[in-house]
Amino acid sequence: MKHRILIVDDEPNIVMSLEYAFKKKGFEVFIARDGSEALTILKDTIPDIVLLDIMMPNVDGYQTLKHIKNTVSLEATKVVFLTAKNKASDIEKGLKIGADKYLIKPFSVKKIVSEILELVT
Amino acid sequence: MNNYILIIIIVSYLAMLFYVAFLAEKRKKSKWVNNPYVYTLSLAVYCSAWTYYGSVGIAANSGIDFLPIYIGPVIAAPLWIIVLRKVIRISNQNKISSIADFISLRYGNNVFLGALVTVICLFGTLPYISLQLKAVSETFEIMADHTSYVSTNILDDSTFYVALLLAIFATFFGTQNADASEKHTGIIASVAFESILKLVFFLIIGIYITFYLFDGTTDIYNQISIIDNFKELTSLNGLEDGFNWLFLISLSFMAIFLLPRQFQVSVLENNREKYLKKAIWLFPLYLLLFNAFVIFIAWAGKLTFDGAVNSEYYTLLLPLENGNSFLATLVFLGGFSAVISMVVVSTLALSIMVSNNLIIPYGFLDKFIKNQPERNAKYIKNIRRISIFTIIIIAYFFYILFSKQLSLYSIGLISFVIIAQLAPSFFIGLFWNRGSSKGAIIGIIVGFCITFYTLILPFTLVAYTGTDTFTQLGFNGIEALKPHALFGIDFLSPPAHAFFWSILFNLLCYLIFSIITKGNYRERNYAEMFVDSNNFKALQDSALVWKGEAYVADIKSVLVRFLGEKKASRALRLFFTKYKLPLDTQLADARLINFSEKLLTGSIGSASAKILIAKVVKEEQISLIEVLRILEESKENIVSNKILLEKSDELSQLSSKLKDANKELVIKDKQKDEFLDTVAHELKTPITGIRAATELLMDDEDDMPTEIKKQFLSNILQDSDRLGRLINNILDFEKLETGRLSLDITYLDIHETINKAIANTQHIAAKKGITLKLNNVYRFKLDYDEDRILQVLMNLISNAIKFCEPEIGIIEVDYILGNNELEISVSDNGKGVPNEDMEYIFDKFYQSQHQNTIKPEGSGLGLAITKQIVEKHKGKIWVDKTKKTGAKFVFTLPIS
Repeated sequence: MKHRILIVDDEPNIVMSLEYAFKKKGFEVFIARDGSEALTILKDTIPDIVLLDIMMPNVDGYQTLKHIKNTVSLEATKVVFLTAKNKASDIEKGLKIGADKYLIKPFSVKKIVSEILELVT
Repeated sequence: MNNYILIIIIVSYLAMLFYVAFLAEKRKKSKWVNNPYVYTLSLAVYCSAWTYYGSVGIAANSGIDFLPIYIGPVIAAPLWIIVLRKVIRISNQNKISSIADFISLRYGNNVFLGALVTVICLFGTLPYISLQLKAVSETFEIMADHTSYVSTNILDDSTFYVALLLAIFATFFGTQNADASEKHTGIIASVAFESILKLVFFLIIGIYITFYLFDGTTDIYNQISIIDNFKELTSLNGLEDGFNWLFLISLSFMAIFLLPRQFQVSVLENNREKYLKKAIWLFPLYLLLFNAFVIFIAWAGKLTFDGAVNSEYYTLLLPLENGNSFLATLVFLGGFSAVISMVVVSTLALSIMVSNNLIIPYGFLDKFIKNQPERNAKYIKNIRRISIFTIIIIAYFFYILFSKQLSLYSIGLISFVIIAQLAPSFFIGLFWNRGSSKGAIIGIIVGFCITFYTLILPFTLVAYTGTDTFTQLGFNGIEALKPHALFGIDFLSPPAHAFFWSILFNLLCYLIFSIITKGNYRERNYAEMFVDSNNFKALQDSALVWKGEAYVADIKSVLVRFLGEKKASRALRLFFTKYKLPLDTQLADARLINFSEKLLTGSIGSASAKILIAKVVKEEQISLIEVLRILEESKENIVSNKILLEKSDELSQLSSKLKDANKELVIKDKQKDEFLDTVAHELKTPITGIRAATELLMDDEDDMPTEIKKQFLSNILQDSDRLGRLINNILDFEKLETGRLSLDITYLDIHETINKAIANTQHIAAKKGITLKLNNVYRFKLDYDEDRILQVLMNLISNAIKFCEPEIGIIEVDYILGNNELEISVSDNGKGVPNEDMEYIFDKFYQSQHQNTIKPEGSGLGLAITKQIVEKHKGKIWVDKTKKTGAKFVFTLPIS
C-alpha cells in the first residue's frame, strides 16, 4: 500500500521539490497551500504523514496540528513540522503540542525523505 | 466797628475755646466728648475759611463750580468703612502719630520717606494756612472798616497781629502732651464746637439774606435769571468743564483722606471704629447743609453789589450794607471759628510730623539725655511749639508774598494738588503689597516736581515779575511745555491740569518702580501687615522671631529717658504680667523690643523709636534683617514645599513617562527580534527552495524528465532573484528607518517619471493580461528623488498587479494638484484592501491574511519602504477608504 503524505506549505517552489522527491519514493502526495486548504483535504483523506509548515496565511501550522490532534479519524496520522523557525523555544513548543518530528528549513531533501520513511515504517 | 472792640471779641472768643477744651480734657471719659457726633463734627474741620467765604465767591463768579470740592468727600464717605477703618486699625496698633508716620511705616519705616511726606505736607499746608490768614485779615479789615487802608510794613499790618495771636494760641493749645499719639480730646471738642458755630452762623446769614433781605429763594432766582450769563453759571459747559469737574472731584476725594488735619481728626483722634458708621451719612449731610444757601447768597450779593466788591465776602458785606453789624459779627466769628479749627489742627498735625519725622531723626536724637524724662518731654514739646509757631509765621510771609493777589479758592486748590501727591503711595499701598518705598519716593518727587512746574512756578513768577510770559509761552518758548497746557492739553483749568499730569506720572513711577524693585525684608514684612490688616496682630506678634541680644535693663533705661522711671517700670511690669514672664527677666525678647518701640513711638515717632531701641540692642541691624530673613525663609519654605510638591508630581509624571518609554523600548526590542526573525525566515525560504531544487537536480540528474529539470532551474532562478530583491529591500529599509538615506532631489516632470514606472512594470502586467494606464496628460514639474519615487510607483503598481484578477484587471495611475502638494494615486479594480488590514498595511513584513497569490513576489517590506520614502519627501501615503471596488493608494509630494 502506498504511503500517503500531505504537504502543507505556502511556498510553491519548496512544495515542488518535496512533491517530486516523495513521489519518486512511491508516496501518494497531497498538496495544500495553507492550513485551511489542508483541513479541507483532511476531511476526506487520511494521510499517514502531514508535513506542515508553521508560518502560513489564514490557518497556520499550530492550528492545523491542533485540529488534527482533535480529529478521531486522524489518530494514526503522524505530523511533522517543517519550518524555518529554529529557535529552541519554537522546537520545544512544536513538540509539546504534539508534533512527531520537528525538521528545519533549509533542509536536505534526502534527509527529509529518510526521516519521514523512518516514521511511517 | 472799632478795632479794639473787635479784638476784645476775638480774645474772649479764644478764651471761650480754651475753656471748652479745658472742660473736655477734664471730663475725658464723659459721653459728651466721646460720641460719634463729636467725631463727625470734628471731621467738619474740612470746612475752613475756604468754604465759609471762598465758595460764595466761586458761586458768584463761576456758578456751580464750587460744588466738586464737596462732592469728592461725599463720594468718599461710604468708602470710609473699608479704607478709613483699615487705616484707623493699623494706626492704633502702631501708635501712628501722623500721615508721614503712616506712610513711612507702610514702606518699612523708611525714614527718608517720612521726611519727604512731611515736606510735601508742609508745602501743601502752608498756602492753606496763609489762605486762612488772608480770610481773617480781610474780614477783620471789613469789620473794622479799613477797606481803604493799605499797610506799609509788618508792624502796621493787622494781619501780622492776627497771625501772631493765632500762632501763640495754636502753640499752647496743641502741645499740652508730649505723646503725640494720645488723643487730643480738648482740641477735638473745641473743633466740634466750632463746627456747630460756623454752620449755625452760616445758616443764619443764609436765611437772613434769602428770606429777610429777599423774598425767598424763588425771588432771588427770578431776579438773577434775567442777567446775561445766567445759563453759564448754572450748568456745565461742555466736555472740558466735565473733565475739570472730574479732576476736582478726584482731588477733593483724595484730600479728605490725605490732608494732615483730616488724617489727624479722622484717624488719629478716632476713639472707636464704629463712629465711622454714623459719620458716613452725617458728614455728607453737614456738607449739604453748609452748601444749601451758598448759591443764593452769591446771587443776592451779585444783585446787590453788581460786582463792585470782593464777592467772597458777600456774607459779611450784605448785613453790613443793611446796617446789621450784629449779624456781621456772628458771620465774622463763624469764619473765625473755621479758621481757628483749621489752623490749630493743621499746625498740630504738621508740628508732630516736623518733630518726629524731620527734626528728631535728622539730628536731634543725640540731644536726649539719659534719666531725665521730664526734660526730654519738654524738649519734644518745645520742638513742636517752635514748629507750630514757625509754620504760622511762614504762612504769614507766604500770604504777604503771594496770597494777596489770589482768591481763597485758587490757593486752596494748590494745596489740594500738592497733598494729592501722597495718594498713590497711600491708597495703593493699603491694598497692594508689592508697592515699594522706591516707587513711593520717586512717585512723590516726580509728582511734586510736575506740580511745581505747572502750578507753583507760574503763579510765583506772576507774583514776582507781574507778567505771565512764562504761562503764555512755556519754558524756553516751547509750545508743548506751557505750564498750563502741557503737551497741548489746554482745556483744563490750571489746578485740574496740574493734578492730571502730576498724578499720572506719580502713579506711573510708583507702579513701575514698585514692580522693578524688590524692597528689603523689613519693607515687605510691613507691606504684608498693612495689606492684610485683619491678620495684622497675629502677623506682627509672630513676625519678630528675634535673635538679637538686648538686656531688659538697657531697654528700660531708654524707656525711662522718655517716660520717666515710674511709667517705664509700670509698663514693663504690665508687659511681663501679660506674657507671664518673671519680673526679673534679664534678656529682652522680640515682644519686648516691639512693645518698647511702640511705647516710644507715641513720643518721638516710629522712625526715631526704632533708631533709639536699635542703639541698645546689640547687632540689632543684622539680627532684625536676619529675623525678617527667617520669616522670609519660612515663607519661602512654604513656597518651596509647594514647588517640591509640584516637582514630585513632575517626577512621578516623568517616571510614568519612563515606564512608558521602557515599555516602548521592550516593544521595540521585541519588534526588533521579530524583525530579525522575520528577515531570517524570509531569507531562509528562497534558500530552502534553491537548496532543495539543486539537490534533486544533482542526485536525480539522469532520471529526471527535462520538463521538470527546466522547472526546477527556473525555480532556482526565481528564488535567487527573490533573495537578491529581499536583500536590497532590507538594506533600503534599514537605511530609511535609521535616516541614513539621503535623497537625490532634482526638479523633474512627474508625468515622465510615472511613464518610466509604467514602462518598467508593463511586462509583468501584460503577462497577467492587466491594463496599466496613465490618463493624465498634463505635465507638472516638482522636486523629488526620481529613483526613489520610481521605486514607490513600481511598488504600488506591482502590488496592484498582484491583487488584480488576470485579464480583466485595470490599473490606473493619476495625479491631481492639491493644496501645496501633488496627489499621486494608483488605483485598481482588484479585490481591494480589507478594513482590518488598513491600519497595518504599511508595517514591515505585514502580509495580508487575504493574500492568496504566488509567494515569491513579495518581500513583506514593499509598502513599508514605500511609506518611508514618501515620508522622507515630507509627503503622506494612505489607502483611500472611499473607494468601493478595488484599492486606491494615494501619496502626496509637497510643492515647495
